[in-house]
Parts: sequence; structure tokens; C-alpha cells
Amino acid sequence: MRFQGWMLGAVSALAIAGAAHAETTLTIATVNNGDMVRMQKLTDDFTKANPDIKLNWVTLEENVLRQKVTTDIATKGGQYDVLTIGTYEVPIWAKNGWLVALDKLGPDYDVDDLLPAIRNGISADGKLYAAPFYGESSMVMYRKDLMEKAGLKMPDAPTWDFIADAARKMTDRKEGINGVCLRGKAGWGENMAFLTAMSNSFGARWFDEKWTPQFDQPEWKKTLEFYVKLMKDAGPDGASSNGFNENLALFQQGKCGMWIDATVAASFVSDPKASKVADKVGYALAPDNGLGKRANWLWAWNLAIPAGTKKTEAAEKFVSWATSKHYTELVASKEGWANVPPGTRKSLYANADYQKAAPFAKMTLDSINAADPTKPTVKPVPYVGVQFVAIPEFQGIGTAVGQQFSAALAGKETVDAALKAAQAATEREMKKGGYIK
Amino acid sequence: MARSVTTSRRITFTIIAWVIALILFFPILWTIITSFKSEGDAIAFPPVFLNFHWTLDSYREVQERSDYLLHVWNSAAISFGSTLIALLISIPAAWAMAFNPGKRTKDILMWMLSTKMMPAVAVLVPFYLAFKNLGLLDTKLGLIIILTMMNLPIIVWMLYSYFKEIPGEILEAARMDGATLGKEIVYVLAPMAVPGIASTVLLNIILSWNEAFWTLNLSASLAAPLSTFIASYSSPEGLFWAKLSAASTLAIGPILVMGWFSQKQLVRGLTFGAVK
Repeated sequence: MRFQGWMLGAVSALAIAGAAHAETTLTIATVNNGDMVRMQKLTDDFTKANPDIKLNWVTLEENVLRQKVTTDIATKGGQYDVLTIGTYEVPIWAKNGWLVALDKLGPDYDVDDLLPAIRNGISADGKLYAAPFYGESSMVMYRKDLMEKAGLKMPDAPTWDFIADAARKMTDRKEGINGVCLRGKAGWGENMAFLTAMSNSFGARWFDEKWTPQFDQPEWKKTLEFYVKLMKDAGPDGASSNGFNENLALFQQGKCGMWIDATVAASFVSDPKASKVADKVGYALAPDNGLGKRANWLWAWNLAIPAGTKKTEAAEKFVSWATSKHYTELVASKEGWANVPPGTRKSLYANADYQKAAPFAKMTLDSINAADPTKPTVKPVPYVGVQFVAIPEFQGIGTAVGQQFSAALAGKETVDAALKAAQAATEREMKKGGYIK
Repeated sequence: MARSVTTSRRITFTIIAWVIALILFFPILWTIITSFKSEGDAIAFPPVFLNFHWTLDSYREVQERSDYLLHVWNSAAISFGSTLIALLISIPAAWAMAFNPGKRTKDILMWMLSTKMMPAVAVLVPFYLAFKNLGLLDTKLGLIIILTMMNLPIIVWMLYSYFKEIPGEILEAARMDGATLGKEIVYVLAPMAVPGIASTVLLNIILSWNEAFWTLNLSASLAAPLSTFIASYSSPEGLFWAKLSAASTLAIGPILVMGWFSQKQLVRGLTFGAVK
């Protein structure tokens, strides 16, 4: 009894200590991507204007962060006051009532300046549930010199047939040059991000309007056959274990003719300090098949406020500051226009200084505009998301399907067998989740 | 003749020992070398061994981005704290099991070990909720408690097997001379078991220092130890090998130095034991 009393006292003492801090300290959980790390460095600007708010940072790698933040929000742990989450989480968490609707971001915030494609992905029922910090799509990065050598000219908006033809012509096995480098490593955010976006341009979809999995349909077969054959003819060895970083390394070493991946890669491959081919890179939109959808995805890292926090007002101030036009100008004045977080605001792309500093700006904007998370596919679908399906089950299903497709790429399995296994796995999980009977 | 065979044998064994030691040490060596490379050199293929432009850029960036000393202090407090508490609990426990075994002692030992067989993630949510309700999330005290619980089975097992080596007659003699239970443990058992206790302590500190599941999941910013520090330097988008290596080198530095020093102590303790 005495022990319990002591524990109770200790707990309430801790609680009081917590409450005393409450007005001033915000704990911000964020991914460690370059733009976020930069924001952390520039926060003096915020704390000077808000001396009563102190900031504590938790900066982590994406997957670790996702696990921590999900545990915290699902248990209403309340450890964090501001979260950095992706476009995949926002619609799901908003539906669960885990996020605070952001309708008090201040008079200067200018919500209408946000790019519509990005804004749609993080809104539910017309309300914004997160503020975009930076956005990205995917596009083709190619070697101008190798393209010329192959006697071809890259159009601004290539088709898959052109890409396949160019990849085969650019491949020079003796010189160690692969015509095209694409993701093959299994994972919902790895090969499935690329393949789902690619399948959209082939007219495929994950589910029909009744949530029936569609891997038994001809569109998926066409997508996967095209991908496997192209990679066999013109891809690097061991492609089934290549993700973003592996392909980045290959491209920077001059071993890839083309690479279709995140627009954020443009700043890495054009950096002369890290890339041997920095001055030879050209950009084009992700390819299509003339069906009205391109093979590009849409992703944004966003700041959101968990419903469990008691410091909503201070958190709103911070979110508003970090995603404002003012912040853009702050980065530009301190670190130059090329380092401004891209892909969220129309005004940035109208800025002449930015266009001059970032040669890939137009292609990034066009790519983002070409994606619509609410209508991602040729045929209608019941879900939101371009390269993912915004349901909680998707991480598991996506990775299971990714493993099948990775095996097909490695030649351990035929395309037909991989699709059959993917269909079975997806059906099983969707039945378990109660989407279908 | 026989002598030369022994010599050549000895040389062979020495070479084999060195090769094994180098193979075991190579990943750490490679991490340390990589930490002095630029990000471009770090991913170069074929890899460059020593012939590259050595730079401290990664260390500079790691220093700029993170509060290294805070993480080291947290790691030290957590691993030493949990080891101390675990020791206070497990010495009496191991004493009881080694010298006064009951019918179920073996079963209890097995049961204790069995708690290590469940994957930690299976109990993450219950623990998270308990910690939340007790106000222990992101506190050093909370992490000390969980790591104590994590390592207790191993410590009890290790001490138990060391204590078993000590003849019970010595303790009996002490008792005959009028030693109380406390005196028996503190003045007779503990000094004789010093080498065993020392190596248990060392192992437990290393285990706690390197623990990266609970410390990552139950801390946020204030109590975050070095595991969080390392986890903030890998990245799915962008090059990070050099920075990650620099962070890892900084993280293993203190424990490496400590291990090196206490190894000497350990060997001395062991030889003392042998002479006795």
C-alpha cells in the first residue's frame, strides 16, 4: 500500500513536471533527409520570433521513424507534438482521427498557393490534415552523351517503346554501360513504388471498385513482362537487389544510360562533387503508353500535428513557419535558391531566381502536375495514392507482392507464377481485412 | 626435432589466430576507414582501401547535426545504471540457486532464460502503454528499468555458473566462524568471484550499450542514447555511408576504450584467481 502511494506520488510529480513544460517545449519527429536537416539548422529564425517556444528534435531514418511514430500515435503516447509523415500515412491517420485538421495556419499562409496534386493527397473531406514540406515525383534522368552516341534524341515526354528501344541501343556490356537502371529491391517503398507507378501507365490498377485484386488481369502481365524483359536486355547485373541508393551509385559512376526515379535525385546526379557525369545529365517526363497516365509517382513529406498533443497552438505556429513562403525565402537567402525545398508551392516555380538555379525545376513541376493521387489510374479505383494504396494493410501486401516481382526479375520465378502468387497473397490479406468476402 | 615441430606449430597457430582476429576486426576497421572518406569515395566500386583523399568532413557534419555528448552521457547512464541494479538483484539470486538449490531451481533457471526467447517487438505495445501511463517514456530511468529486465536472465545465468565453481565448503567455513549471510556474500563469496563478476559486468555493459530496440522505441529526444544517434544517419534517399561510419565510430569509441582497459583488469583478476 505504501509502495503504491509512493508510486502514485512519483507519477503525479512527473505529470506535473510534464505540464509545466507543456507551454514551451515542442518535440518534433522528423526524417533525416537533406531538406529536413537544413530546417533544423535554420530554426533560430523561428525561436527568435517565438521566444516562448523551445524545440526538441528527433531526427531519424525513415523506417525507424515510421515505426516509432506509428507506435506512439496508435497508443496515444503523446511523445511528439509535430510529426513528419508521408503522403501514405496522412489519409489513413486522418480517417482514424489521429491528426489535427490544419485550418489555423495564419492569414499569410496562402493555402491556395499549394500545388493541387500535393494538396489533394493530404486532404480529407476538404480539410488539410498536414502541411507539405517538400514534394517529389519521378522522372527520367538520362545521359545526353550516350543518347547522342546511340543516334537518338530524347523527347520531353517519351513513350515506353522509345525508352526500351533507347535502353537496348545504349547498352554496351563491354564498357559496363547498362541502358537503363530501375529499382528491383523488394519493398512497398522500393520496387513497388516504381512498378505501381509504371503499371498505372499500362492501364493496370491494384484493385477494382469492389476491392478485388487485379493481378490476374492482362494489364499487370503486360507491365511485368515489359519490365523483366527490358531489365534482362539492358539492366545491370543483380538488379533485383538495387534500390534508390544502389541505382544512384551506378548512375553517378557512369554505368547507366537512363534512370527513372525520384525527382530529388536530380540534385545528386548533377552535383559535380559526387557525380562523374554531372555535366551530361538530361531530364524528361516519366514514360507513358498513350493511355493518359504517366509512370510517375507523387510523394511529399509533410508536417502534421497528432491529436494527442496538448500544445496544438505552438505546434500550429511551427508547422506554419516551416511550410511558409517566408521559410522558402529564408533558405534562399542563407543557402541559395537551389537548396529550397521543392515541390509544394506554385509561387516557387514562378520565381525566376529559382528557375535559374535549378535546371530541373520545370521537369519536377510538370511531373508533379501529371500525377493525381485521387485519380491515379486509367480505370477507376476505390483508393487514394499513385504509387501506393492508402490503406493500413498496404505496407504488408506491397512488400509481399514486391518480393514476388523481385524474384521474377531475378529469374527465380516466371512472370505468370509471380503474378499468381501476388494475386493469392493480396486476396488473402484483403479477405482478412474485411474488404472482400 | 620435437622442439622445432612445436615451434613451427606455434607459428602456424599464431598465424591462424591473427587471421581470425583480423577477419573479426575487419568490419570495424572498414567502418573506421570509411568514416574518413568523402561520400563519393565511400560508394566507389571497386572499393578504395587506403588510397583516397582523407577528410574529416563526415565527423564535422555529425558534430554539427547531433548533440554527441548528450547521447554518450545517456548511453553511459543507462548501461552503467542497469548493470548496477541487475547486479544487486542477481548476486543474491545466483547465490541462492548455486548454494541452496531447491527442487525447482533448474526449472526456474530455464524459465528465466525462456523470457529471452520471445521477440521483443511482440510486447512493444503493452510496454509502451505501461511506460506512457507511468510517465517513463523518454526517461533514463525507464530505459534503465527495461534494460535491467532484459539482461537479468543472462546475468543470473552467468553468475550462477561462476558461483557453482566455488566450493561450498569455503562458505560453510565462514559460517562456522560466525559470518552472517550478508557478510558471507560480501566478504567471502564476492571477492572469490571477482573475475566472474567482472566479466559479467563487462558483458552486460556492452549488451546495454549496443541495445537498439528498446532504447530506440522508448526514447525520443531527452533520453536518447547512441543507438538513436546512429539511426539518424542512414537514409533511403541519398548517400550516407561516410556519415553513418563516422557516427558509428564515435558511438563504439567509448565502449571500445573501456573494453580495452577492463580487459587488462579482467586478465589480472583471472590470474589472481588462479594463484589462489
